[in-house]
Amino acid sequence: MGRKILFVTTDQQRYDALGCNGGTVARTPVLDGLAAAGVRYTRAHPQNVVCMPSRSTMVTGQHVATHGVWMNGVPLPADAPSIADDLRRAGYRTALVGKAHFEPFLDPFLRFAENRMGSRNEHAEWGTAPDGTAVPHRGFEHMESATHGAVGPFHYAQWLRAHHPEDVGRFFQVLDRALEVSALPGGDTGAPQVKRNEIARERYHTDWVADRTIAWMDSLGAHEDWFCWMSFPDPHHPWDPPAGELGRVDWRTLDLPAGYPEDRAERERILDAKPRHWRGWYDGSFVSNYEAPAQWVPATLTADQVREVNAMAHIENELVDEAIGRVLAHAASRGWAEDLDVVYTTDHGEMQGDFGLLFKGPYHVDALMRLPLLWRPAPSAGVASAVVDAPVGLVALAATFAEIAGLARPAYTESPRLPISADDARTLGHERVLTEWDSVLFGKVVGLRTIHRDGWTCTAYLPGTVHDGTEGELYDTVEDPLQRHNRWDDPSVRAHRDALLDDLRAHLPAEAGPRRPCDAPV
Amino acid sequence: MRRHVRIARDADTVWGLVGALERQHEWFPTASTRMEGTTRWVTLDSGLTFEERIVTHDHALRRYQYRIVGNPGISEHLSTVDVLDDGDGGCTVVYSIDMVPDVLAMVIGGAAGEGLATLKHRFETEGAGR
Repeated sequence: MGRKILFVTTDQQRYDALGCNGGTVARTPVLDGLAAAGVRYTRAHPQNVVCMPSRSTMVTGQHVATHGVWMNGVPLPADAPSIADDLRRAGYRTALVGKAHFEPFLDPFLRFAENRMGSRNEHAEWGTAPDGTAVPHRGFEHMESATHGAVGPFHYAQWLRAHHPEDVGRFFQVLDRALEVSALPGGDTGAPQVKRNEIARERYHTDWVADRTIAWMDSLGAHEDWFCWMSFPDPHHPWDPPAGELGRVDWRTLDLPAGYPEDRAERERILDAKPRHWRGWYDGSFVSNYEAPAQWVPATLTADQVREVNAMAHIENELVDEAIGRVLAHAASRGWAEDLDVVYTTDHGEMQGDFGLLFKGPYHVDALMRLPLLWRPAPSAGVASAVVDAPVGLVALAATFAEIAGLARPAYTESPRLPISADDARTLGHERVLTEWDSVLFGKVVGLRTIHRDGWTCTAYLPGTVHDGTEGELYDTVEDPLQRHNRWDDPSVRAHRDALLDDLRAHLPAEAGPRRPCDAPV
Repeated sequence: MRRHVRIARDADTVWGLVGALERQHEWFPTASTRMEGTTRWVTLDSGLTFEERIVTHDHALRRYQYRIVGNPGISEHLSTVDVLDDGDGGCTVVYSIDMVPDVLAMVIGGAAGEGLATLKHRFETEGAGR
């Protein structure tokens, strides 16, 4: 009997969401406990700051340039490598419960397996591997899907429609009739995408994901090895947690987050020192990410709205923590506690008020790039707890899962496994982490290439709609943890900047092939 | 939104299928097609049905155009499908979509891309005739 793997992800969660990472509002005792018993990473970055590219990196162990999912809406090919399939071939039972999003959501043609499975209430779609053997989609024998509400063909939405149709309309409706992302105001402050949701907690998607994970666990034999990706849709917007839970955090009592400059002149001075699309988004004149409501102007965001959005996110994070605790308790009741590895992270961050902004986009700062990442190795493995400050990427996850299962690192992966100590990080060569952004949306073209190493974050801009290829951002994240002072043009650090750019160019893989078309906005 | 594919078969042969408007489901990712006069109903695998008005069907030009009508979520739409003779025994099929909301053009464009790939496979790999 080998080690079991519970891979837990949230969606769009900040590093400081967790108590173990310095968060002071949401109570996250389960995750804090995993961190104390395992390895906590203080500088984990995604390889892209939107869902589909980042999740494709997790499952393939590849940078965006290699797997080719260069923006939301570009599907990961069905035959792309998958660590889940490697584990399955090694004898692991495999499942993904919750949000997958390797393929576009907006799919009325049902071209994509994730959407077909939900619409047919099936839990696997089998194809044929090049060697002629049967293979389940992405290597998952069992898929049960959910997203942010009761929308789409996903299993959660189908379940809610069938059993609790009265709840379907209680969620915030993300898309309007023109299929644009809605900025409808709500809550107490009129914040965008905040809604009072009268759904009962046990029918909300967070608890549903935990329930379905437990149900899948119960389908397994006690001695089987398994890999389960439990993927919570929260705390991604819309911010509409169960109304019965709103008493957990009163937005009126919240301090403003450190990243929110309350003084408008100060806020705009900071934005103006960054490449021009920052201010363009703030003013509502340049929206380059479909998921940021095009009709919403961040400059209108009030301090109270920032407080309310943060309160909603904290509540959602507490619910996630409790749901994980329930699943871990169930795993223990099955006798798996000693042999269970738990890896916890998210796909990207959320502005949540930083710089006066919400949502996400081509903005490579800690709000979107610095992620919570924990690895609690199986107690039976005898790994000492540690805090690792070396830069690591989600690109390391696939090799980590292989290591846990006792498999050789798959040849398709582009990173060694996660380190278990500072010394291990040096041995494995975790010196830098790279992040890419490309978007081509309704005539707006934006491209960023970012390296983080030695405490510095350096971003080069590609020529695009509002950039000529000379712009960039350079932050000393130790001296300037809020990234308010862009030192790209500072002569005193120019040599360091250029060295970082050389290192970025030397280590970022070249695009593996022609850019694949985008089949949907998300 | 525009997608295209080059096919190593002569334009007349490819148009024989593309221009048979009631046979679109044979290459486009849809469940069924029904024609009555200049009206076509295309049903997707999700059960959604689009009603379409054929506005051009020109065998000499190897072009057809259609509009999605009667759909309150679509305020404007015109799709154009051309089969262009490349002069070397092959052809290029071009599928263009202009519509509001433009978001939906991306989705139909994605389906068109898959449909064009199916056409190419059908004529080049399977060696299909009309």
